[in-house]
Order: sequence, then structure tokens, then C-alpha cells
Amino acid sequence: MSIVSKEYHTISQIAGPLVFVEKTEPVGYQELATVTLPDGSQKRGQVLDTSETTVVLQIFEGTSGIERAAGVKFLGETMKMPVSHDMLGRILNGAGDPIDGGPAITPEKRLDITGAAINPWARAEPKEFIQTGISSIDGMNTLVRGQKLPIFSASGLPHNDVALQIARQAKVRGTDEEFAVVFAAMGITAEEAQAFMADFERTGALKRAVVFMNLADDPAIERMITPKLALTTAEYLAFELDMHVLVILTDITNYCEALRQIGAAREEVPGRRGYPGYMYTDLATMYERAGRIKGKKGSITQIPILTMPGDDITHPIPDLTGYITEGQIVASRDLYRAGIYPPINVGASLSRLMNAGIGEGLTREDHKAISDQCYAAYAEGRDLRGLVAIVGKEALSERDKKFLDFADAFEDKFVRQGADEDRDIETTLEIAWQLVALLPENQLSRIDRKYIEKYHPAHRKSE
Amino acid sequence: MAKAKQGEIYRVAGPVVTATGISPKMYDVMQVGEEGLMGEVIKISGDKTIIQVYEETSGLKPGEKVIDTAQPLVAELGPGLLSSVYDGIQRPLPVLMDRMGDFINRGVSAPGLDHSKKWTFTPVAKVGDVVKGGDVLGTVQEFYLTHKIMVPHGVSGKVEEVKSGDFTIDEVVAVVDGKDITMLQKWPVRIGRPIVKKLLPDIPLITGQRVLDTMFPLPKGGAGAIPGAFGTGKTVTQQQLAKWSDAEIVVYIGCGERGNEMTEVLSEFPKLEDPKTGEPLMQRTVLIANTSNMPVAAREASVYTGMTIAEYFRDMGYNVSLMADSTSRWAEAMREISSRLEEMPGEEGYPAYLSARLSEFYERAGRAENLNGTIGSVSVVGAVSPAGGDLSEPVTQNTLRIVRVFWALDSKLRERRHFPTINWLTSYSLYTGNLDKWYRDNVAPDFPDLRQWAMEILQRESELQEVVQLVGSDALPEEQKMTLEIARMIREIFLQQNAYHPVDTYCPMPRQYKMMKLIKQFADLSNKAVSSNVSVDSIVALPIRDRFAKSKYEETIDQELDEIAKELPDVFAALEAKA
Repeated sequence: MSIVSKEYHTISQIAGPLVFVEKTEPVGYQELATVTLPDGSQKRGQVLDTSETTVVLQIFEGTSGIERAAGVKFLGETMKMPVSHDMLGRILNGAGDPIDGGPAITPEKRLDITGAAINPWARAEPKEFIQTGISSIDGMNTLVRGQKLPIFSASGLPHNDVALQIARQAKVRGTDEEFAVVFAAMGITAEEAQAFMADFERTGALKRAVVFMNLADDPAIERMITPKLALTTAEYLAFELDMHVLVILTDITNYCEALRQIGAAREEVPGRRGYPGYMYTDLATMYERAGRIKGKKGSITQIPILTMPGDDITHPIPDLTGYITEGQIVASRDLYRAGIYPPINVGASLSRLMNAGIGEGLTREDHKAISDQCYAAYAEGRDLRGLVAIVGKEALSERDKKFLDFADAFEDKFVRQGADEDRDIETTLEIAWQLVALLPENQLSRIDRKYIEKYHPAHRKSE
Repeated sequence: MAKAKQGEIYRVAGPVVTATGISPKMYDVMQVGEEGLMGEVIKISGDKTIIQVYEETSGLKPGEKVIDTAQPLVAELGPGLLSSVYDGIQRPLPVLMDRMGDFINRGVSAPGLDHSKKWTFTPVAKVGDVVKGGDVLGTVQEFYLTHKIMVPHGVSGKVEEVKSGDFTIDEVVAVVDGKDITMLQKWPVRIGRPIVKKLLPDIPLITGQRVLDTMFPLPKGGAGAIPGAFGTGKTVTQQQLAKWSDAEIVVYIGCGERGNEMTEVLSEFPKLEDPKTGEPLMQRTVLIANTSNMPVAAREASVYTGMTIAEYFRDMGYNVSLMADSTSRWAEAMREISSRLEEMPGEEGYPAYLSARLSEFYERAGRAENLNGTIGSVSVVGAVSPAGGDLSEPVTQNTLRIVRVFWALDSKLRERRHFPTINWLTSYSLYTGNLDKWYRDNVAPDFPDLRQWAMEILQRESELQEVVQLVGSDALPEEQKMTLEIARMIREIFLQQNAYHPVDTYCPMPRQYKMMKLIKQFADLSNKAVSSNVSVDSIVALPIRDRFAKSKYEETIDQELDEIAKELPDVFAALEAKA
């Protein structure tokens, strides 16, 4: 292998983000390359397909300005991310270069950004409860360390505020340890970015955060690597520096658009709605980089945010995401219109790891029972709303009216809370009990007698 | 013409590598590149050989060497399989962890079985016996299972020598017709192991799940599908089956699913007890974990690896249940590879051979008479993850054409916290006719009638619900209200089952019968009471109804059910006297 690599001037085709180079020495799959334009400026690319005759490069900065006379140099290695403890408090662009005016990062290590799969045998079960201070999450869709729990949102909903609130308030009870936050923005607008930054600075969260910013006008292709850089950093912080890392990725929809764009440029056979057939695997290699490892102190918890095109939860992006992640938090336009923040649709949301993270010794013994009861009663109350629209409230039985009222109160008292309101789990459960007390006691079929006697407001008063 | 054993890489695109200068057979295993990554030939076109590689290919270059092993992908079969945890190509994950650390790197090969461990071989065959492929030469005690060492297929003749004592799987334990026999067999995973003939599946696979055993039973040797959108509880249902089904062996394939979910399985199974033997469940289980971010080609192979292991135990005369979670991820792996091959796509980008591959796979299920005369079975339950919850997508549709049991999971039920979320109106089992005789003989003569009765009530409920949606439930006549209440009892008491509750998680067959019978008794008494002007509300308010509903969470449930059944007539008599 020669140290000084050769420069090729054999570009045969340029199409979208792709550059085809002919007659090269053997080039490795996914190897990095630089393209030097005649004016001396450089662009970076990665090998997508390599054969003895042609090499296909995807150019991160976009192909504008590249001409056939441009020179291509292959760097002989796959993409690496320089990582260091000093990255905390820094703001980097989508390609990993500092943009906060600070000094360059002195790497402690250079890591491959693709990241290998964690051996399932090496994984430890996620079970430490993370208190986000948001009742609809803590009480009904509990997040645990090492989980990946996306927010399914839609355009015009305050998902960013919810994400920020989680980043600010997240803590594991009984410890003072704070989460390190790795924040990766993909294709968000400059305005949104500023709002994020202002909040990070206002709350002092920035000093324990690493921020990657790929903005809406940055090259779409760069978005393909931004989450990989962020997760490589997170893995370093978690598994080598023993930190608990919360990774926020926003917006996955933009990432998938970039994926589709490359697929189309490569003239691949498209899958559903034009997205590539390998999108499931591609998303999985990103989401699966959350978790805990046996014998390691640190953990990676992921909160990816995506906006559902057309509010459609069956769209391939939320659909494939839902099959990989351990549940989802679904934002609701109806609640938002009704002026409820956070507008979380509790019925459609789910945390698959909730049962592992709640109960005696973790949160409280009655947690599962009370949350099941709220779920069931809320679902019933919401169904009745449809009926009321047809027959009017008067036609309902007394029992049904109580469930209807429960659903309203649930949204108003339990789901609704302030953007700076940090409820601990006891407060959340107390509100739930107050609401459940609106229902006739013989309807509380999901709750064991002993919990009713211990926690039901009516019983406590009699003591 | 001598075949070249070594060629070189021509092209690399994702998991698909093209090689030249070599002429292997289809499905030969290849060692690709300087690191010797494992791959399999999936297409031959002129002098180009197309290989799907089971490991990450980044950095691989044209010009690197490719070696043909001239062997197809085989599974290692023999003592040591039970309680193993493999990746999609039968590499033991604990061994990989020892060799490469917490993350799966590449270029490490590891045999499926431990070749150094000694097993105690007890001969069954005697010198002079005439044996053929499949016949049992001896046994090895593997945990509490008698692992039968069979004559490999293709070998037959007189037993010339048979040993007794402790051996590794590579040491000779017998000599048949001049051939050395070890306890290790290798079998190509893509080919089904031979049997004499398939038998009619007429014994149910008892799972302890009321909605499955009573309403939609799967026979031993049957094939069923669980389709459901994400979050509907496919995985919990699969895991319940793996835990509680009355098969001797469970093969669980986590195919392209979540890492943390496999962790849950891996940490939970060793703690669970087999309800029959009291031993850890893990000792009768083989797990295959190829999570979604592990190489896609190995995911494609994982279902075949699992099936081959299942068939091997079937050949010994055992009942095996095989869970594949999820076959959609397997189909997607096929799609991904097919698109890299630039094949002409069929529906939604899936390859045109999707249907053929699915039916080949499910056809390997069955109850069979084995070559050695024993009867064994492989029951297959495949989870399907339909995109967008839309059951008209190709994987679901092609699966439904093959399987005869359909357990439809419903996200509406999940929102109501009705678990398991199996929709009683859309699910079906086409085996009930075959199985009714077994139920009559082994549970109760009126069991099929009770099931039919319950299904009718539920059907009736859904019709009445439509009316209620329009006019409200108060407008219904009393006897129809009563039907709704009985249907509610069937749903809430019988169909709902809490997988996380120590008592409720497993419901034996006699108890299932008792519960349904009690609901029927309650229904008959209520209907009689309603016709003598007792109000539905007063029946619903009966404390004994509440006691019945909660009895399933009590340790003493069986006694409790008997007592309720005894007291019920008096309770109703009192009610009628009051009215």
C-alpha cells in the first residue's frame, strides 16, 4: 500500500450526489476520498460501490462545481471520528468540525463511525427508571436507561420543546449523576437551531452536551453521516468514559429523505414510497446503537424525533422506526389544538421497556396497576366521545358519564403541564390517583385491592 | 478441468461481492478477502460469481482473494445444541464475545458446537445390527433430554463396532459398514432433512394461553402466523409460546429484531422454569439472535439454521416448536439482497421468489414419521410485521396462503390494554376440525360446543355493538344487554390473560375448560333470571361476578372456581326471589 495516494482524473459521470470514477487501483468499499476542484477547493466523499472498472463516490458536500477534470484521491481508510472528553460543551457542524469558534478538538481516539453491532450476549437489560418530569411519559410510557424511545410528531407541533424539556429534566433517581447530552440536528432550520442553542445556554445544559448541527441548507448528503458521528461520540462517552448519555436525533425524516435521494441517484429499485428497500437495516444500524453493556457503567439512551409526513403513522419512516425502537411517544394535533402542552397522545404511545423499569424499588409498587387503569379508562372515555357526538351526553348512563369526565380530566390535569414543570414520580402517581378517584370504585378492575386501600384518596382520608 | 479454488474480488457493493476467476457451485460457502469473511454463492453469471457476505464489508477491495470451500452452508448438529445462543450462521455469541469483545467485529469463525467437551455415550445398537440413516446408535444425556445419536444419512450397513464411555463430538463412537461415526453431523441448512412421510396433525400444541388453546388452537406440526403492527404484542405472544408450549424443544429465532428484546429473552429464559420438569427453560431451548443491525445476509440464513436444528430434534422423535420473529425481516433481507443483485422486483420491491421461499420454509413444518420409525413434529409460528399494519402487503398475504392458523393482533385492543391482543373476530384456526376429537377425549366431551357457544356470543356482541354505536346501550332490550354483559365476561375473564402475572401467565387446559364452563353456567342462569324480570344491572352488580373476575389472579383459582360454580345457583335463586 503506497503512502502517497494517486490522484485520478478519470471522472466519467456525475449524477446528483454521485461521482463515478474509472480505472483506479483497487479501492476499498466505504473508503473516504477527496475531490479537488480546479479552483483548489476540496470536497469529501465516500465509496458506495467499488469494482475493477468503476468506483462510485457519494459526495458529502454535494456535487455542485465538480467537473470531469476534477481530481479524485482515495484516502485508504474508512471514515473515522476523532473523539475526546473535551467535546463536551462544543458545537460541531454536521461533518464533525467545530463551528463555535473554539479550538480544534485534540483527539484521544479515532473511531470508525459505522460502529459495530453490540453482541446480543454482551447487552445488559435496560431497567433503571429515567425520570423525565413529564407525567405522560413517566407515568404512562416510562423511559429507562439504554432504551430508544422516539417522538413521533408532525409539522407544527412542539416536539422540540418536549425534547428540550426531557434533556433538561432527565435524571435517574437516587443519584446525582446528570446525563451527558449528544444532540444531532439533521436538516433543521437555522431558527430551530437557534432556539435549541438558546435553551442549552440558558439552562447551562451546553456544558454537558455535544452538539452536531446539520442545517436545512447544509448538503443533504452530510445528513447521512451526522447521526453516525453523534452516535460514535456517544459510544465513546458511554462505554469508554462511563457516562450516561442521552442522544437526541432530530429530525429523522430529513435523514430518510437524504437516504431516498441517494437511492434515487444510484438508480436503485425503490421500496415503499420511493424509500430504499434497505431503509429498515439502515435505520436499525442507527437506533440499535442504544443500550447498556454488561460490566460497563455507562449507557446510551436515544430519543430520535421524526415528523410524520401528513400526520400518517403508517408512513414508512414512522412505521420502520416503530418496528426497531422500544415504543414511541406520539404527539397529537388534537391535543395541541385544545391548548394542551405537552400534546402527547397517551393511547397511541407505548414504552416496551416500561415493565422492566417500574414497580417496587424502581418507582412504586402501584405504578403498573394505576397506569393500566388510567389507560383503560382513558380509552373507554375517548370512545364515548364519539358516541356523545351522535346521541348527546344525556343518553349516556351514569357510569359512562363518569368515564367521559375522566378522559377530560385526564387530559387537563395529568397530560397538561408547564414546559418548566418538573414533576417527580410521586407527584405524577398522586395526580393519577386523584383522577381515578373520579370513577366508581367497583370499576377499578385493574388495581389490586391492597393498592386501592393504600393509595386511593377515599381510603386514605378514612385512616 | 480442475476447478480453481481461489479467485479474486471484482466488485463490492454492500453485502454483495462479485468475484472472478473461480467456478464454485451455487450456495457454496466462500471465504472473502484477506480477512476471510464468510459468504455464500447466490448467483453465477458467466465468469462472475456473486456472493452474499455474512459480515460487514467496509474496506474490502477489488483484487483481494476469494477462496471456495466447496461446501454449502451447514449446521453442526450434535450434543451441545441445547441452551446455546447463536447468531444467524450458528456462531455461538458467547464465544464471539470472548474472542472479539462487546461488539461484533468480523473475520472470526467459530464452530457451532463445543468440540472439546466430553459427553457420555451409551450405546443402543449392538455389533451386528443392520442400520440405516436415522437409526439410533446410542444416547447422550443432555440436561434432562435424551439426545439420540443417529446414523448420518447416506450411511447404512452392519454395525461393526460400537463404543461406550466419554467422547468428544469428533471422536469415533461407532463403525458402520467400514465408516467411522462420530456424534457430530453436518447438514446443509437450505435442505430439509428427510422423513418417511408426513402425518395428519391432530394433537394440539398446548400453550397455556386461553385464547390460543381454546379458541384458535395450533396442532403439533402445524404452521401459524402472527401478523400485527408494531406495538401490538407480537413479541410477548411469541415469548409466551416459547415459554409455555408443551414441546420438548423450543427453537427461538430472533431474526432482525431489537437487541434489547433479545437481551430480555436471554436474561429471562434461564430464570424460568419448565412447568413440566421444573428445570430451567433454557435447557430445552436453542436461541438464534441475529438482531436488526447485524449483517443482513446472516439474517437471511438464520431461519434456515433454526429450522435445520429443529428438524434434527424432530428426527429423534421429539416435538419441537420453532418461533421466528420476524419473518418480515427475513423477507426484507431477501429484498435487500435481491435489489443489490439488480433483479427484477415483484410486488413492493420484494423478489418474485418471495412466495416460493416462504412456502418452502413453512412446508418444513409438520408432524412426521421419521426414518427411524419415531414420530416427531416441528410446529412453526412465524411473526409477520406488516408495514403500516396493512395486512394486504406481500409478506402477510403470501404467508396467509400457506399457514392455517392466523392469530391477528390488533392495536385497538392494545390501547385498551386487552392482552393478548388477539382479535377474536378476525383470527382463525383451520385445524379445529382435526383437533376436536382430541379435545373431546382429553378435556371434556362438550369442549368443542362450549367454544362454539363462546364464539357465537362474541359474534353477536359485535353485531349489537353496531346498534349501540347508533342508539346507545340503554335502548337495547334486557336480554340483549345481558348478551353484551356475557360477552364482556368472555373477553375480560377468559380472553384477557396477563403474561406478567405469576398465576395467570399459564392456564392449564382443565382450568380453561372450567372457566369457560362457569361463564356458560353464569350466562344460562342470567338469561333465566332476566326472563323472570331480574334487571341486568343487578346481575352485573353481584359480588360473585367480581369474585369470579378476580379469581384468575389467585393461587387457589381451581378451588375458587369450583366454589363459585357451587354457589352460583343459590345466588341467582335469591336474586329471582327478590324480584
